[in-house]
Parts: sequence; C-alpha cells; structure tokens
Amino acid sequence: MRTLFKFHGGIHPPGNKAQSTQHGIARAPLPSRLVIPFRQHAGDVARPAVRVGERVLKGQLIGTPSGFISSAVHAPTSGTVAAIDMQPLPHPSGLSDLCATLIPDGNEEWVARTPLDYRNIPAEELRHLLRMSGVVGLGGAVFPSDLKLRPLRAHPNKHITTLILNGAECEPWITCDDMLMRERAAEIVQGAEMLRFMLEASEVLIGIEDNKPEALAALRQAVALAGLAFEVIAVPTIYPGGGAKQLIRVLTGLEVPSGKLPTDIGVQCFNVATVYGAWRAIAHGEPLVSRIVTVTGNVRQARNYEALIGTPLAELLALGEPLPDTDRYIMGGPMMGMELPSLDIPLVKGGNCIIAASDQLLPPPPPALPCIRCTRCAQVCPADLQPMDLFWFAQARDFGKAQEFSLFDCIECGACAYVCPSHIPLVQYYRFAKSEIRAREQDKLAADKARIRYEFREYRIERDKREKAERLAAREKVAAAPAAGTADAARQEILAAMERAKQQAAAASPKNTDRLTPQQQAEIAEIEKRRAHIRELARSGVEHHKE
Amino acid sequence: MLSALLVMAGIAIVLGAVLGYAAIRFHVEGNPLVDKIDAVLPQTQCGQCGYPGCRPYAEAIAKGEADINLCPPGGEDGIHKLADLLGKEFKPFGGNAHPKPKAVAFIDENLCIGCTLCFQACPVDAIAGAAKQMHTIIASECTGCELCVEPCPVDCISMLTIEEKVANWKWKYPIYALKPAS
Repeated sequence: MRTLFKFHGGIHPPGNKAQSTQHGIARAPLPSRLVIPFRQHAGDVARPAVRVGERVLKGQLIGTPSGFISSAVHAPTSGTVAAIDMQPLPHPSGLSDLCATLIPDGNEEWVARTPLDYRNIPAEELRHLLRMSGVVGLGGAVFPSDLKLRPLRAHPNKHITTLILNGAECEPWITCDDMLMRERAAEIVQGAEMLRFMLEASEVLIGIEDNKPEALAALRQAVALAGLAFEVIAVPTIYPGGGAKQLIRVLTGLEVPSGKLPTDIGVQCFNVATVYGAWRAIAHGEPLVSRIVTVTGNVRQARNYEALIGTPLAELLALGEPLPDTDRYIMGGPMMGMELPSLDIPLVKGGNCIIAASDQLLPPPPPALPCIRCTRCAQVCPADLQPMDLFWFAQARDFGKAQEFSLFDCIECGACAYVCPSHIPLVQYYRFAKSEIRAREQDKLAADKARIRYEFREYRIERDKREKAERLAAREKVAAAPAAGTADAARQEILAAMERAKQQAAAASPKNTDRLTPQQQAEIAEIEKRRAHIRELARSGVEHHKE
Repeated sequence: MLSALLVMAGIAIVLGAVLGYAAIRFHVEGNPLVDKIDAVLPQTQCGQCGYPGCRPYAEAIAKGEADINLCPPGGEDGIHKLADLLGKEFKPFGGNAHPKPKAVAFIDENLCIGCTLCFQACPVDAIAGAAKQMHTIIASECTGCELCVEPCPVDCISMLTIEEKVANWKWKYPIYALKPAS
C-alpha cells in the first residue's frame, strides 16, 4: 500500500455525479451540421487544408498544425464543407474565430485508417503522428500531447521516471472520465503502456478519486489482465485533487516548484481521456474526432454522450431534455467552467461537460461585499497562496506586487471564491491580473524589438553617410590627379580592348561544319543566300530611309 | 594640536584618493537614468512628444526639460511608471495628447506608386519595397507611429486599429451588475 500525501487546503463541494452515471455512454446522433474551429488547442491556430464545397471523409485532415505549439484538426464525419469563416466559439470572450462548417452526408465514411504497432515506431515519429492526429490534453488545458512526450531538452541526462494518469475528475457534476474508465479501461491501460514506452518511464501511477469505485475496479482489472505493473491508486475525494500539481503531490509527495513544470521533477501527467485518444490515434489510426461529454444539471435525462467535435451544443443539450426553468448554460464544471453566451456554439476538444443551470440548482452568487480579511481563502488555497492579498493587489492594479506574491502559481480552481463569505469573484480578479501582466510582457518585448530596429536604422543611416563621403573623397582624389596623361591612357586601353575583341572574332569559326552531307551543305548555302538577301534589303532600306 | 591636524589632513588625503580612484574605476558613460526612462517608453519612435524619438525624449526628461505626460502611445500607465521612476506626481495628459487604440499601418497596394518616401520615414524599417516597386508593411514590426502616413503622395497608407481577437483577448476588470431592489 502506497503512502499518500496531502496538499494544502481544498474544499468538499457536493459532487452531484450520480445523476449522470445511471446509464452508460450513449452515442450522440449525427447532428444536422458541424462547426469545427481551427483553434481547439493551446497555441497557434491550425491552417485550413480544405476548400469550401470540398467533400471530406470522416477523419480527413482539414486543418494542418502551424507553429511549434499547434495541433491538427480533422473532419468528424464525412460530408461537404459548406463554409470556412468566423463563428462564435466556446471562449470566455464570446468572440468568433476561424471555423469550418461541415454538412454531414450521413454515411460516416472513414478515410483509410492504418493501425500501427507503437513498438516498431521510433518515439519521434510517434510524436509526429500524435500531432497530426490532433491529440491534445482533454482534461481542459488542451495542450498538444506530443510536446509533453518530448525528451527533456533542459536536462539531457535526466528523464521522466513517473507517468501519472489523471483520473481524479475532482470537479462536481462532471463524469465523462469516470464513464470512460468504467467502459474502456483496457484501452486506457494499453495507451498508458504506449506513453510509458515513449517516455521510458519506470513507473505508472493511475490516480482516481475514491468516489469512483466502479472506475477503480475496472482499471484494476484491466491492469491485471494486461499483466502490467501499473499502480491504480484511490486518492481522497477533495477539490481540486485533480489538478496536475495537486495529484502529483498526493501520489508522490513531490512538489512542483513555483514556475517549473512537472517534468522538472521527473513526472509527467496525462488525463485518462487523452491517453485513450492517443491510443486510438496510433493503434487504430483514428484521429481525435469525438469525445465523451457529460450533459447534466437541470435536465430530465443526465447522461454521458460520445459526441463528434463540432456538434452544436443546442443539439447536444436537447438530448438531455432541459427543464423549462433552465436559464443559463455552463461549459465545464461549476467551479472552473464558464457561462456560455449562447448555445449556438460547437463542442470543442476541451468541452468535457455541459450543465443546464437554473437559479434553484446553481444560485448565482449574491452581490460582493468588501473583503474582511478572514483568510478563509488562504486556508483552502491548494497552491498555498495568500488569495486575499492577491485580490488586494489585482484590485489596485498593482501587478508587480501580485507577481511577487506568486500570482502565476494560482491554478484558478475557485476554491477561494467558493468559501469567501463576502462572495467576491476572486478568480476573475486573478484572471484579469494575469492577462494584464501577460499583455504587458508582450508590449515590453515589442518595445525592445522596436528599440533594436530603431537603433540599427540610426546606425545604418550614419554608416551609409560615412561610406558615401569616403567614396566621394576617393573619387575627388582621382579627379585631382593630372588629367592629360589619364585621358591618353584611357584611349590606349580602349584601343587595346578593341584589338582583343577583333582577334577573338577572327579566331572564332563555325563549329560542326566539317563532314556534312551534300544535302546539309545545300541547306547552308540556301540560308546564307537568304541572309545575304536580307542584308541587301536592309542596306537599301536604310539608304532609302536616309533619302 | 599639530599632530591632530596632520592626522585629519592625512585621513582627508587618503579618502580623497580612494574617492578619486573610484570615480575613474567605476566611471559610467552617459546618464544611467536615461536608459531607465527609455526602457519605460513604448519605443514607437513616433515623435508625438515633440522629440525626434523615444531616446531624445528620455534625455529631455532626465534633464528636467520635458514633462512626463507627453507620450500618448505609452498611455496613462506609462505616465504612472515614469512618475514612479522619477518620484514625481502623476499628471494626466494635457492639451491634445490622447492615447489612441493600437493600430498598424496598411498600404493599399493598388494605389502605391513605389516612391519610397514611406520607408524613408519609417523609424523601425517596417516597410519593405524598392523604387518603383510596390511597398508593403511588415505588420509584426510596425509600431503604429503614423510617420509614414504624411509623406505618402497618393494617400495610400491608412492606419488599421488592431481588433480584439481570441488570440489577444484579455480578461476584463470584474464589474458587478447592480440590480434594482424589488
């Protein structure tokens, strides 16, 4: 039995997971249209690889990754591309981004799929395959998975010792990972072995919160069947125990230092759904075109659906039959999710849960009151920060101070806002401060670049002026020298050059004119005659013109 | 009495020598304050402050000739930073100096006659082109200084405001909706 550790703080919000685990995963029916954003991952937007009007097959590449941090996008079903334009996204800004609209033809016709055996493929090629299959972190951060499997460049002689599978799913209401683990445990385990092989990790730990006994049992059985030495560990149910840093802490006792990544302490962490997606991509040749999504909340029939990426959320939610008093919709969980501006937006790779909310089910927070510095937020902060101070600095726009107080270690879990007796939307302040700081850093970089370019331009202008002056001075020197002698020398030079040219012309003789057949000689004579005639004509013409 | 005077004079000479040596050994070229001020300025090199570039403005501030509220591209934030750096009071923008939203220049390539006047004006070499060839803005390098707009003889350069997109969107300062008491 492994000794488990504890992280600081944490809360126990009501789980509300039973509603959506009554039935197994259902396949969502094919929607009337699919809207597939080209930016579903962290990093740079994918470049469209299809044209409007083109017929595409299920799994066909429609967006090629461009840039270092990027991932591919695929057609979730066969059909026709109806448009490539700006469409609203599930993004807190409510802004639009480049999307492809696909009208399904209902045949679900796949592109040629090539199942591969990962053991025969070098890790570098596997990473490329994952990138081209659009595999990104499905836990919410949607970071391209291939980049997390790279060898550590900073420490060439160190490598990942521990691979952790994150099946904690700590956020209330969400059950998509739970159902995936219950129903497809064997493939998750095979995928984990593939990632372990790629990372050359020595141990694999699978962390699952103890409120999911079925998933724990399913994975334990799958590991035993596969004959692998993975450890399936039940971790205590506490929010946010599914945060990567928190889970690493609980399982290994190691703390990821501030500003560092888990890889710096030899640990890499993947969500179970990501592992499953990576396995499907390599072993079945199926790119990431669907995901499991929980439809729950104020609905008649809460359930998990396997839905195609790009399914309009309205059609997805209709499957759950929302109750009439539903007045808003949340993507993700109630702690970290975001309220959707409308349902006219598509399901994306990062969309794990859709909650229909009503005032009765999830009452909106009462108006915020002033902070009374009770420090309850500090008691629950899983990153061991001082949320009340961070709030103070963010509110005063004192970003330097907020950074000094490790603002960027905040994982935006919302535990502080959950316990705040003044109902201050603390996380919003932190997000505001973080994005302001990031924008300022960008501006600073741009200013530094502009300064360098400006200084170089000044230097270049100065240099050109100097060089011009030098050239002018040199020329004047030449001009000042005795003129008569030079003119004579120049004439001599010209004469010599003319003589050389004459000699060259005389030495040149037509080639391949020996050993000709009589016919060829006749042809040459004919041509020469014509040339002579033309010359004659030209001369007479010139004279004519002169007259 | 005499020995006391000699001791004091001796100490003064020794300390003077140390200070004199330090002044030579740790001599700093130029005014380091200018660098600090220059680092705060946005480097658009636009000349809206009335000085021919950010560095000359920084030098003028360091000398106490220029006010700190003359740089519209730096925004109010820039004034705050300068005030903090120099230990002065914040001063709002005066007169007609007002910050504008960020923009980049755009050349209408159908109208461009290839006169090269714009890229002679560009302080950061963000315009590519050659004589009698079409010119174009390298948008990633453009600081939005507008110095190229004026020299263009065919008015083919316009300033495009940078729109808010998903990639550059920022979280807003939290505001609470006030509901009337029912």
